[in-house]
Amino acid sequence: MLHHKAREQAALLPPLLAEAHHLAASVVMGTHGRRQVGMGEEFWQFRAAQPGDAWRSIDWRRSGRTDAQFIRQMEWQAAQSVLFWIDDGLSMSFSGDKSRPSKGERAAVLGLASAILLVRAGERVGLIEDADPPKTGDSQIDRMTAQLAARQPDQDYGLPSPQVFPKGSRAVFLSDFLGDWDAISATIAKAADRNVTGALVQILDPVEETFPFDGRTEFQSMTGALRFETLRARGLKAAYLERLASRKAMAQDLCARLGWQYLCQHSGDPAQSALMWLYAALEKVR
Amino acid sequence: MAGFGAIGFLAPWLLLGLLALPLLWWLLRAVPPAPIRRLFPAVVLLIGLKDPETTPDKTPWWLLLLRILALGLLIVGFAGPVLNPTQTQLATGPVMIVNDASWATAADWARRQAKTADLLAEAGRLGRPTVVIQLTAPLVAADAPEFRNAADWIGELEGFEPAPWEPDYTPYTDWVNRQNQSFDTIWLSDGLDHSGRDALVAAFKNKGKLRVIETGNSPVALGPPQLNDGKIVMTALRALGGTEQTVRIDAFGPDPSGIERLLASFDANFGLNDLTAGVEFDLPAELRNRLKRFSIAGIRSAGATSLADDALKRRKVALFAGGRPREGQELITPLHYLRKALAPSAELIEAPVRESLLADPDVVILADIAKLNQFEAENLTKWVEAGGLLVRFAGPRLAAESLTKTEDDALLPVRLRAGGRNVGGAMSWGAPKQLRPFPEGSPFFGLTIPADVAVTSQVVAQPDPFLADRTIASLQDGTPLVTRKQLGDGQVILFHVTANAEWSNLPLSGLFVEMLERLAVSTRTTAPTKAELAGQIWQPQEVMNGFGDLRKGDDLQGIEGERLAEAIVSSDLLPGIYGNGERQVAINVLTPDRRLAPAAWPNSVTVETMAAVAEQPLKAVLLAVALVLMMLDVLATLWLSGRLWGPRGGVVTTGLLAAMIVLGAPPESHAQDELALRATHETVLAYIITGDSKVDATSEAGLFGLSATLSQRTAIEPDDPIAINLETDELAFFPIIYWPITDSQPIPSDAVYQKLNTYLQSGGMILFDTRDANLGGLGSTSSGRRLQQLAAPLDIPALEPVPLDHVLTRSFYLLQDFPGRHSRSDVWVEAAPKDAVKIDGMPFRNLNDGVSPVVIGGNDWASAWAINRDGQPLYPVGRGYAGDRQREIAFRFGVNLVMYALTGNYKSDQVHVPALLERLGQ
Repeated sequence: MLHHKAREQAALLPPLLAEAHHLAASVVMGTHGRRQVGMGEEFWQFRAAQPGDAWRSIDWRRSGRTDAQFIRQMEWQAAQSVLFWIDDGLSMSFSGDKSRPSKGERAAVLGLASAILLVRAGERVGLIEDADPPKTGDSQIDRMTAQLAARQPDQDYGLPSPQVFPKGSRAVFLSDFLGDWDAISATIAKAADRNVTGALVQILDPVEETFPFDGRTEFQSMTGALRFETLRARGLKAAYLERLASRKAMAQDLCARLGWQYLCQHSGDPAQSALMWLYAALEKVR
Repeated sequence: MAGFGAIGFLAPWLLLGLLALPLLWWLLRAVPPAPIRRLFPAVVLLIGLKDPETTPDKTPWWLLLLRILALGLLIVGFAGPVLNPTQTQLATGPVMIVNDASWATAADWARRQAKTADLLAEAGRLGRPTVVIQLTAPLVAADAPEFRNAADWIGELEGFEPAPWEPDYTPYTDWVNRQNQSFDTIWLSDGLDHSGRDALVAAFKNKGKLRVIETGNSPVALGPPQLNDGKIVMTALRALGGTEQTVRIDAFGPDPSGIERLLASFDANFGLNDLTAGVEFDLPAELRNRLKRFSIAGIRSAGATSLADDALKRRKVALFAGGRPREGQELITPLHYLRKALAPSAELIEAPVRESLLADPDVVILADIAKLNQFEAENLTKWVEAGGLLVRFAGPRLAAESLTKTEDDALLPVRLRAGGRNVGGAMSWGAPKQLRPFPEGSPFFGLTIPADVAVTSQVVAQPDPFLADRTIASLQDGTPLVTRKQLGDGQVILFHVTANAEWSNLPLSGLFVEMLERLAVSTRTTAPTKAELAGQIWQPQEVMNGFGDLRKGDDLQGIEGERLAEAIVSSDLLPGIYGNGERQVAINVLTPDRRLAPAAWPNSVTVETMAAVAEQPLKAVLLAVALVLMMLDVLATLWLSGRLWGPRGGVVTTGLLAAMIVLGAPPESHAQDELALRATHETVLAYIITGDSKVDATSEAGLFGLSATLSQRTAIEPDDPIAINLETDELAFFPIIYWPITDSQPIPSDAVYQKLNTYLQSGGMILFDTRDANLGGLGSTSSGRRLQQLAAPLDIPALEPVPLDHVLTRSFYLLQDFPGRHSRSDVWVEAAPKDAVKIDGMPFRNLNDGVSPVVIGGNDWASAWAINRDGQPLYPVGRGYAGDRQREIAFRFGVNLVMYALTGNYKSDQVHVPALLERLGQ
């Protein structure tokens, strides 16, 4: 049974991973330098050798041009950790139209693609619910994919698991943020306390954005736990849109206060723009 | 069954359900449509919102209307509506069904029978004893009506037939009045007026209720043919006017081979209020003489059929007289009186003997001709023996001839004495002789003899023993005046006087014309009077039944002339043709002055017409319409809820498409199309089915083996061989056809030979195989002879044995002989032209460009080539290694032959010469 499930999960892996790779490949990457001296691979500057420096560190080619001795210094390229929270609630599996991917799929693809880009740049990535610390490398990407595939969502709205964030790391939250706002905002606030910066990407379906329904309708959540019946759906539109705008405003407000970035992505729009924004957002924080 | 006018209901109480419809309307209007369920994760944002509208969404009114309509139709449909319901009347007591089964009912007899069957079924259901009476059947007075079970009468219904005469009501009136019991009557009337109807109606009403049913069609009948100035006039009659009507009158008669055919057809037009319509038949004499029967197209009844007797016939009479009429003496020529007597009613031919006989006259009259030359005599004798009537008149030349002093002349009925005699002349004793009244057996019996007819001269017959038998008219003193003898099928008649007034004044009198007419030399122009018919027994030759069908009446009793003269048909005088000797009289259903009148019923009787339309149950129609409306309702609901075009709309459209595909029937493929497809998909070798299953199996296996060899060794890759049935299959698809010859093969038909010739001319090749090694040369064995028979109609050029430099020896392999299972027989192909010469340096002659259309041999190649599906040869060839070699050469010959058929004389090209020379070792 497990084998079968694993095979099922394994069957899911390639499309998601392939899509993420594809997306990542379409984005041209810039350098991820820290613009200061440190341990890295990129050349930063030559400085004159001081008493106390090791003889080994003298760059003789440069020194040979003049009488003084110079030491080659590299740029500090310390790997950062980036933690991803991809909402695993059932509400993410909603898609308003067959031609659009579900919100969860969009979130997963975005998350994995940016993880791939970060790994290429040498950063450490990981999922928020992973017990192990974030790592770098392609195997970590595969691990993240497997963890995504192994999820069994049973709740309508997901919550980020209470987790102690590494100090100074970054976080990316990909969700529709329709769930319990207080819980999510508490988690974000706690992370910000530990000096974590990040980005919130709210993924919504265009249907949720526009509310094109009419007639006698019974709305229900993905598990059916929440139901709302109306005799004429058209009349609810204004109130609904207002509520949605207020929710978005709350999220933007929180981000502004904490210094995080916010993006509202629709699953009907192409993922590339979101990926580029996300990547740029992660860079900005540095 | 309750009914509202034209619609009745089987279960009318269901219609109460229609009352519920307004209630349903209100209910549907009040209840809002069912909510659509949607999965929406952002429902958390909706929780707590108040519904701004309290009035529910309503079902649109047109959808409601559709539903109400569908439901209404369902209810009405289940109530079992019936269009034009039949009224059942509940009644008890015996019922008498009376049928006017006259000729006027024959036209729609089937409908009447069906109606009677319905009435009987109804009576059976109600349990009423029934009796069925035909008013045209002769009444046996003593019988009381037999009331029986209705079911018994249904069986007897088949046996009733309309009669060709009209019903006589008087005896039935008395009979009904005499009955004691009461009964209801249902009268199926024919719509025509007959006398005595009122009395019968009163009699029936005395006994119980009377119900009269008519079909509502007005009967149309045909009067007897009349002659008017040489043209035939037919009158069509009908009983009811009021519409314009055109009927077509067809005239039938036998064609020269005796089969009855339609000879002419004319239309008779009834004006708006006319009850008669006349039409003239203008026909050439040839057709006129053959007319036998007239009928109105489309109506099958005795009244619409009219028979023609010989009153219409104009007989062809050929007249000959000896000598030439001298100018100024035309009035005394013998033919003058004959012409005058015959011209109104017969066609005269005056031409030399040979031409006259070619015109096939009915009668030949020789006026005073004594001697005929041998040719004429022979031809006339033959003609008389074939059934002609030869009438001769005496005269001076006949008297002078001493032809028959000693022996009989074939063309004279009696021997004559030379000279004749004179009586009552200036130089003789006695007064001119009068005629004796005609004896009974004579064809002139009954004619009145005018007092002033006298004979002054005549030729005299020899007293022979048979003279008395042959005399049919004589003078007062017993000497014969007219004698007759039978000759074969015909007769020879001699008038012992002249045809002009020289020897008697008989030709001057009306008796002459009548005598000629009696002899069937001419035909009468008016209907026979009683006097003419009286005294003779007329035998019915053909009689007509109620439907107008004729049948032979030889087995019926003869009718007296007086009865015939009355000409009223009834059960003892059936309409038809009655004959006496040569003459025929036609008795028709309608007399010439008859007019049809519609039946006049007294006011107290209501007349029903038989419903032209039967009951039509409407249940199926209404239910079908309701079903269609419900389908529309489904579609409309889907559309309203947005599901028709949404993601699930695809289901609907696929469903509709699937239904359309299933209902559209796939086209049937014809067997010939299959054969064509198989034959043209790849090259195919074909063989002809001979009917002998072993030979056919061998052919197939042989061609299969050859196909396999070709596939292995050459670029030709034929499909499995096809069997050809020469009669049905198309040959053009096959480049080469293998034809094994057996003794028992059927010879194909001409159409097949045409097909084969076309095939050979358009480039096909047939390989004939007599399979018996042609021991003794081609054509000596039975198969060889059969081949000659089969190939005789084929278009085959001259043949020769295959010369050694024929392209067949080198078209793929180099061969010298062409063995099969045998190896002795020669193989014959189209002969090379005589001028084919061998050019120096070339190893072969340049023979004709084309491909030989036939290859004939007897080496049984199919057996040598035959292999089974595993590749094992089926038949032994030769023995041992030599046999294997022979089989191999046989395969090579097959390959060469197919290559030759497909590529022609390709290997005759100069291009191949160097290679060939090398191979041949030069």
